[in-house]
Amino acid sequence: MSTASGGALLEMRNITKTFPGVRALDGVSFDLRAGELHALVGENGAGKSTLMKVLGGVYPHGTYGGEIIVDGKLRNFGSVREAEGAGIAVIFQELSLVREMTVGENIFLGREPRRFGIIRREELYSRAGELLKNLRLSVDPHIPIGELGIGQQQLVEIAKALSQEARILVLDEPTAALADAEVETLFRILRDLRTRGVGMIYISHKLDEVFQMADRITVLRDGRTVGTDQTSDLDERRVIARMVGREVGDIFPQADHARGQVVFEARDVTVEDPNARGKLLVDRVSFAVRAGEVLGIAGLMGAGRSDLLMAIFGAHAGRMTSGEIFIDGQAARIVRPSDAIRHGLGFVTEDRKRFGLVLDQTILNNMTLAGLNKLSGRFITDEDAEAAAGERAMSDLRVKANSIMTVAGTLSGGNQQKVVLAKWLLTNPRVLFLDEPTRGIDVGAKQEIYREINRLAREGLAIVLVSSELPEVLGLSDRVLVLHEGRVTGEFKRADATPEKVMACATGHAQERAA
Amino acid sequence: MDHSANEPHTDRPVMTADVAPPGIAAAEEGTGTPQTRIGRFAIPTASLRAYTMLFALVVIWVFFQWATIDERHPYGLFLGAVNFSKLLQQMAVTGVLATGMLMVIVAGQIDLSVGAMVGLAGGIAAMTQDYGLVPSLAAGIAVGLLIGAVQGSLVAYANIPAFIVTLGGLLAWRGVILGLTKGATIPVVLPVFKSLGRDFVAPAVGIALGVVAIAAIAWINIRRNSARRRHNLAASGIGVTALRIVLPALLIIGFVLLMNSQGGVPIPVIVLLAVAIVGAFLTQRTTFGRYLYAIGGNPDAARLSGISLRKHILAAFCVMGVVVGIASLLHTARVGSATPDAGNLMELDAIAACVIGGTSLMGGRGTVFGAVVGALIMASLDNGMSLLDVESYIQNIVKGAVLVAAVGFDMLGRRRG
Repeated sequence: MSTASGGALLEMRNITKTFPGVRALDGVSFDLRAGELHALVGENGAGKSTLMKVLGGVYPHGTYGGEIIVDGKLRNFGSVREAEGAGIAVIFQELSLVREMTVGENIFLGREPRRFGIIRREELYSRAGELLKNLRLSVDPHIPIGELGIGQQQLVEIAKALSQEARILVLDEPTAALADAEVETLFRILRDLRTRGVGMIYISHKLDEVFQMADRITVLRDGRTVGTDQTSDLDERRVIARMVGREVGDIFPQADHARGQVVFEARDVTVEDPNARGKLLVDRVSFAVRAGEVLGIAGLMGAGRSDLLMAIFGAHAGRMTSGEIFIDGQAARIVRPSDAIRHGLGFVTEDRKRFGLVLDQTILNNMTLAGLNKLSGRFITDEDAEAAAGERAMSDLRVKANSIMTVAGTLSGGNQQKVVLAKWLLTNPRVLFLDEPTRGIDVGAKQEIYREINRLAREGLAIVLVSSELPEVLGLSDRVLVLHEGRVTGEFKRADATPEKVMACATGHAQERAA
Repeated sequence: MDHSANEPHTDRPVMTADVAPPGIAAAEEGTGTPQTRIGRFAIPTASLRAYTMLFALVVIWVFFQWATIDERHPYGLFLGAVNFSKLLQQMAVTGVLATGMLMVIVAGQIDLSVGAMVGLAGGIAAMTQDYGLVPSLAAGIAVGLLIGAVQGSLVAYANIPAFIVTLGGLLAWRGVILGLTKGATIPVVLPVFKSLGRDFVAPAVGIALGVVAIAAIAWINIRRNSARRRHNLAASGIGVTALRIVLPALLIIGFVLLMNSQGGVPIPVIVLLAVAIVGAFLTQRTTFGRYLYAIGGNPDAARLSGISLRKHILAAFCVMGVVVGIASLLHTARVGSATPDAGNLMELDAIAACVIGGTSLMGGRGTVFGAVVGALIMASLDNGMSLLDVESYIQNIVKGAVLVAAVGFDMLGRRRG
């Protein structure tokens, strides 16, 4: 135990956290010293955010196993407030600022300087101004925070944390929304904080930043600590190996799909962030899929995978500033989802509860929603034809429920996902987009979905599969496209795609041409 | 959290009045239909809600029947042919409005301008009587449709929340009718117009309609069974089918005979039944209706399934407009004249009827049947309390309490379920 810079500020021992059916953290230990920037890296779903939520009191004491020790004292946080009281500030990706309030009001939200219950505005703004000056930020505390760019908002959030005397600062993907100049400002502030003895936990997918900033790096994988080392003892290759070091098991029914004609092609798709002018979520991405082929799209969170599919499907809030779609070689104009469906596209979206299902409605009504005018009359519905199609889909996909009239919201995640899949199959698609089709469902249901994907490919569907689980992408795809920050950084045939190569591209390294 | 899960835009304006959380009847992960246990019986929660409502109605009826017993009416006055006929006439306008309101609410919207629209459409119908009966009635309905189209466009295409658009409408349309009539009352002079709200169909016509209704029920049931067999689905047995035909048939026969003993079935009641049947058909048996439920239940999922939110929300407001037009004719005819303050607060009665009938103001849930029963419950309370000479301020308190209690019970049941 090295105690070079003042001993452990924070120690998390043997932290375990389970969700129904999933063990998100499995005996993770982690420590942080004063004046240290400790990076936490790992694949999506490795448990980084969960660990930080345990630390920040989002999951209160009693819902996790293990010990949290701050300054040598065992702490049991019952709420975010209590964690903040102990000097822990977590800056999540979703900012916790009130857009309509001013910068100063946001900084002191809930802790306004007051006398007899009346807020002392002058004191509030002068203290806020001082804080910002300390951080060498030229922001007027009187302006509404919504008028600031997302990057500056993030810096204000840091100021807010520091105003609470935070000594442990958690930054979750702090640079995801920042422009290069803002990243520089952020790093300058982080270096300042280091000299002041603040301990920082830095979560990022961008390994170059991690290597630039971190004193130590801890890699998490599948809810366990793979290792903690000084940055100087590591290189990117070794970190990537630790992140992915996992066998692609034989849970994937291997199937080579006979490939046919190119059914779908996207050229130069570019999508602008609806919340930030000029920022591109997807930058000139092109790809083609053949009948019977499974194209995997890999990438870390924020790489723009879902944005790409949403934009092609005509469902993205941002502007698709360029891009052409070809179906069977014919240019297709897709402005809204109904156009996409008419052209034979189907889209099993991620987040089935938000985008996929009407939870109050029956399985049947959900299954027939997208294909209703094909299954039924154009205006008057044919209940019996619908029910017959629904019953067939239900037994084909082995949806486990009492009946087709069961309310979709009461089903388990795996069965819900099958209902969403059935919805799109009932539109008779020729191209099927699958975005995180197995997220949050149990292993048995995953297997069934995998089998179904292979069956559909054999039947000649062109499939585009987006998944955060690398083994899933590698196990199912004939070809893998890797995105990083909205751009294609690699493309691999099934035989060449190793986890290490894909992860290297996903973390921003362009594919080595020689490979 | 995934940054790539970018917020797609939602066409649905923000709803401001919420009663129900977007909860599902049963939160547990399982494979079953949500069920509620009563003693040894497990009943699907959805049907339980419908039964509770009917049960409440029966309790209210029995209570008023008992309370209206006196020396001249040894069996009570409330459910007698005379009063029951009056009760149904009183509820017709609210019931018609509730049917339209239901579709708007199911789509996740609201219409607060309904009362003012009744005043304006009825006023214009009364003012155009010089052009003849058909133009006058058509004018009333056209005004409703036009206003519905305007408000629907503002909600769907200009993205102004329905609450705001129709709150504005509530003020504006009332202002328009005041301006047009200069505050004067316009009598209904055309006899046929007047009879719409007051007269009865001849007993023979009532019987004929009843026979047609029974035949339709029988035909639908038989056809449905054969269709199910064609698709290899389980069809109901002969006994169940018979019951499904005989039970409604008995109700219809009883109803027509009761009404005929008192001059016949009132015309407003026939209009209400027609509107409710069309409304039930639209919501249950058309893609339009299905899409309304999807849009109200989850607008994101609906949009991604290729449904045009805008088109359907606009259509829902147009249907509402036509329905308001019909209601305004009934109301004007019943009162015998168009007054500038006609229809005042009717929007609240219509919304209350929907809510008592199990409609969620969050959208996505509710039935026409429930809304009509809700209107019947409200009218029964009104009528019964008037018979008992309950003072009007107490009537208001009771109705308010019943509205809140109905939703309270619903929430309670949902939490337990």
